[in-house]
Amino acid sequence: MAQMSAPDGKKRRFLVAATSVVGAVGAAFVATPFLVSMSPSQRAKAAGAPVEVDISKLEPGMLITVEWRGRPVWVLRRTKEMLESLTKDTDKIADPDSEQPLQPDYARNPTRSIKPEVMVMVGICSHLGCSPSEKLKIGPDSGLGDDWPGGFLCPCHGSKFDLAGRVFKGMPAPVNLTVPPYMYLTDSRLLIGEDKKGA
Amino acid sequence: MKTMRTLRRLLAVVALVPTFAFAAGEHVHLDQAPINKTDIASLQRGAKLFVNYCLTCHSAKFMRYNRLMDIGISEQQIKDNLMFTADKVGEHMTVAMDAKDAKQWFGAAPPDLSVIARARGADWLYTYLRTFYRDDSRPTGWNNVVFPNVGMPHVLWELQGQQELEPAKAEEGEHGGEHAAAHEGPTLKLAEPGKLEPKEYDAAVADLVNYLVFQAEPARAKRVQIGILTLLFLGVLLVFAYALKKEYWKDVH
Amino acid sequence: MSKTAALLQWIDDRFPLTSTWKAHLSEYYAPKNFNFWYYFGSLALMVLVIQILSGIFLTMHYKPDANQAFGSVEYIMRDVPWGWLVRYIHSTGASMFFVVVYLHMFRGLIYGSFRKPRELTWIFGMLIYLCMMAEAFFGYLLPWGQMSYWGAQVIVNLFGAIPFVGPDIAIWIRGDYVVSDATLNRFFAFHVIAIPLVLLGLVAAHIVALHEVGSNNPDGIEIKKKKDPKTGIPLDGIPFHPYYTVKDIVGVVVFLMVFTVIVFFIPNMGGYFLEDNNFFPADPMKTPPHIAPVWYFTPYYAMLRAVPAMFSSQFPGVIVMGAAVLIFFALPWLDRGRVKSIRYRGPKFKVAIAAFVVSFFILGWLGVNPTDFLGKVGSSDLELATLLARVFTIIYFLFFLLMPWYTSSDREKPEPERVTG
Repeated sequence: MAQMSAPDGKKRRFLVAATSVVGAVGAAFVATPFLVSMSPSQRAKAAGAPVEVDISKLEPGMLITVEWRGRPVWVLRRTKEMLESLTKDTDKIADPDSEQPLQPDYARNPTRSIKPEVMVMVGICSHLGCSPSEKLKIGPDSGLGDDWPGGFLCPCHGSKFDLAGRVFKGMPAPVNLTVPPYMYLTDSRLLIGEDKKGA
Repeated sequence: MKTMRTLRRLLAVVALVPTFAFAAGEHVHLDQAPINKTDIASLQRGAKLFVNYCLTCHSAKFMRYNRLMDIGISEQQIKDNLMFTADKVGEHMTVAMDAKDAKQWFGAAPPDLSVIARARGADWLYTYLRTFYRDDSRPTGWNNVVFPNVGMPHVLWELQGQQELEPAKAEEGEHGGEHAAAHEGPTLKLAEPGKLEPKEYDAAVADLVNYLVFQAEPARAKRVQIGILTLLFLGVLLVFAYALKKEYWKDVH
Repeated sequence: MSKTAALLQWIDDRFPLTSTWKAHLSEYYAPKNFNFWYYFGSLALMVLVIQILSGIFLTMHYKPDANQAFGSVEYIMRDVPWGWLVRYIHSTGASMFFVVVYLHMFRGLIYGSFRKPRELTWIFGMLIYLCMMAEAFFGYLLPWGQMSYWGAQVIVNLFGAIPFVGPDIAIWIRGDYVVSDATLNRFFAFHVIAIPLVLLGLVAAHIVALHEVGSNNPDGIEIKKKKDPKTGIPLDGIPFHPYYTVKDIVGVVVFLMVFTVIVFFIPNMGGYFLEDNNFFPADPMKTPPHIAPVWYFTPYYAMLRAVPAMFSSQFPGVIVMGAAVLIFFALPWLDRGRVKSIRYRGPKFKVAIAAFVVSFFILGWLGVNPTDFLGKVGSSDLELATLLARVFTIIYFLFFLLMPWYTSSDREKPEPERVTG
């Protein structure tokens, strides 16, 4: 082995540390673009652009499904009867006052909507992401018992939601269905995914 | 130190490599496109020309309208003035014309122009768009010096006017044979002026080509910026790494 | 015993961590006189890692489908956040891999690193080179541009030149009668998994074989012949770690600066790293007016073109091209010199190696150009470029074929006992 002279320990330790730190910063800088490249691309963003929905032909009691960001969004025009059911038996509902932030502020009200009769929500169960089926009929016709107030039943694990997307107590699903940001362009045209100009 | 000298020599060689000409294709003289890739105004004018004149037949199917925001055009301006073939700014610049129809009309489907500037080069495009001339033997009535028997008619003729081909000078052709003629090339004469003066027309084409270069690689501006930062960072790392190496190599005799 | 030491002991009882670290790094004694040329081995390893990492991320977005491939590359370049960077790193890495490997091979050539006892290291290295060529060839089809398409078409047809079975083999390779979606899909499989696996195995074998016999050095003498009688450590050896690790870090940073300049400022490298014609989508109906492979293949391509068809077959050209690569394998047995390093070689070897390097460069230069680019020879029909390619192909082969003669009869200088500075 080549002849060695006594090394300067302190200087060495400093240089090793300094080079390691600068190198690690560099490695982090290199890693960032690679990791960010896995986030949604312009294509995904374009596909997730707000969707316009025409609700002029939506009869009371009817529900239409539109696709927004690849997920089903339900637009339901509730009947008077349906709206009344929302205030009954609220003690069976886990979060009747929408305390969990799953809706924009303008939909944090008893009907969870801007206009009481028009309900907009993301049709994805808050449990494990299945899409619940509509069980809009009230009472025994629904097949969910005589006291069924109308709502949604998730086929995967049986979570039940009311007509404002609020989950009933004791269900696998922990919280209510999400209300997406939306706004009225005109009385009969909805824009889902955006709630103010330029947002 | 010897290492550094050798390294420097190597770098010099690497830097020289691209200057060897890449000889390919036809031997037509191409004019250098006078473009400035950072001239936002020129890029915006070019985008307007592109959308108005090219996008009617050619698509740019990999280019999204909202990418025009990179050259300082606002979303509203895109929606109001530039977006004819889509209804959302996130959509691609597609074209309404059916590819099969197009093939019947022009003999070939108009190519997509997303990356045309990378395939053809700015100089080729700049020369091509300025060298259309009347040729009654062609179905469209137009021919081109850089792209002989081209299928595309001269879309910008209203701006440029109509050019005619002047055959290469006779004496030179006779004395020098084919070779000389090929070198001199045919010349074009403006037979009927258009809306723009020749100088203005050249400038407009330069804007258009500038835009096409941008469109072929929208990330270019960002790329150059990040490159400079990366180099600076590596410079700092080099200082530490070199000091570290020197320190350890004191041991070795 | 401290906690870290205890943990280390626990691991060492189950896995040879410390002993592997020692054998390959902290107690691997490398000659102390490595010079500039000795950076390229570790750089090649680093480029391999860069290629694998950037490749993994490209695979997440790329579509190996004839209808979508070209578009998915543009998708990466435009829509994927930072996709352009990942793509340019990969395309630049491909060329830089060949740059560093060619320099690494040249180092082996001038200092006799392929000689006994490092024949297997050399052979593993050559196999790595072959794998890299396959990897580059398969990968080049993936962007599905005009050069991708026609390059693959031409290379696959080389196999078609094999007598009797050729056409069937070519069809089998393509999985179709022309280069098509089926071809693209299988080339993708080879490029992203098959060849990289083999490549990694070979790289491991290359390093293990090297560390078994120890590194050569610019003097071409064996440092293991002069050991410290007490410790058994070579007198001219220094531990690879920390001495060569800190030195290689400097090399890596300088290399990354060059790499950065290319990736960020000249990713096309004037049409050498990314060819202009490859920005036209693949069109099976129209061949571009001039097709040339990427620069690292052009010396062999020039040889292929230089050999005229014989017995109405282009097979001789294919044979010559294949032989030009494979002949490297024979190098350890062709060299009869008594010394290894160019420092102590005689004039004949120096002339031979200079002629070889010049031929390699000129063939490469001829290969990127069309055969008619230098005009004809006098009034004959022979193209000057073809004539030059023939002359330099012959010189290329003479370097190898005459090696036993000129190395054994050369006027060599005596090797030193110990390494020099």
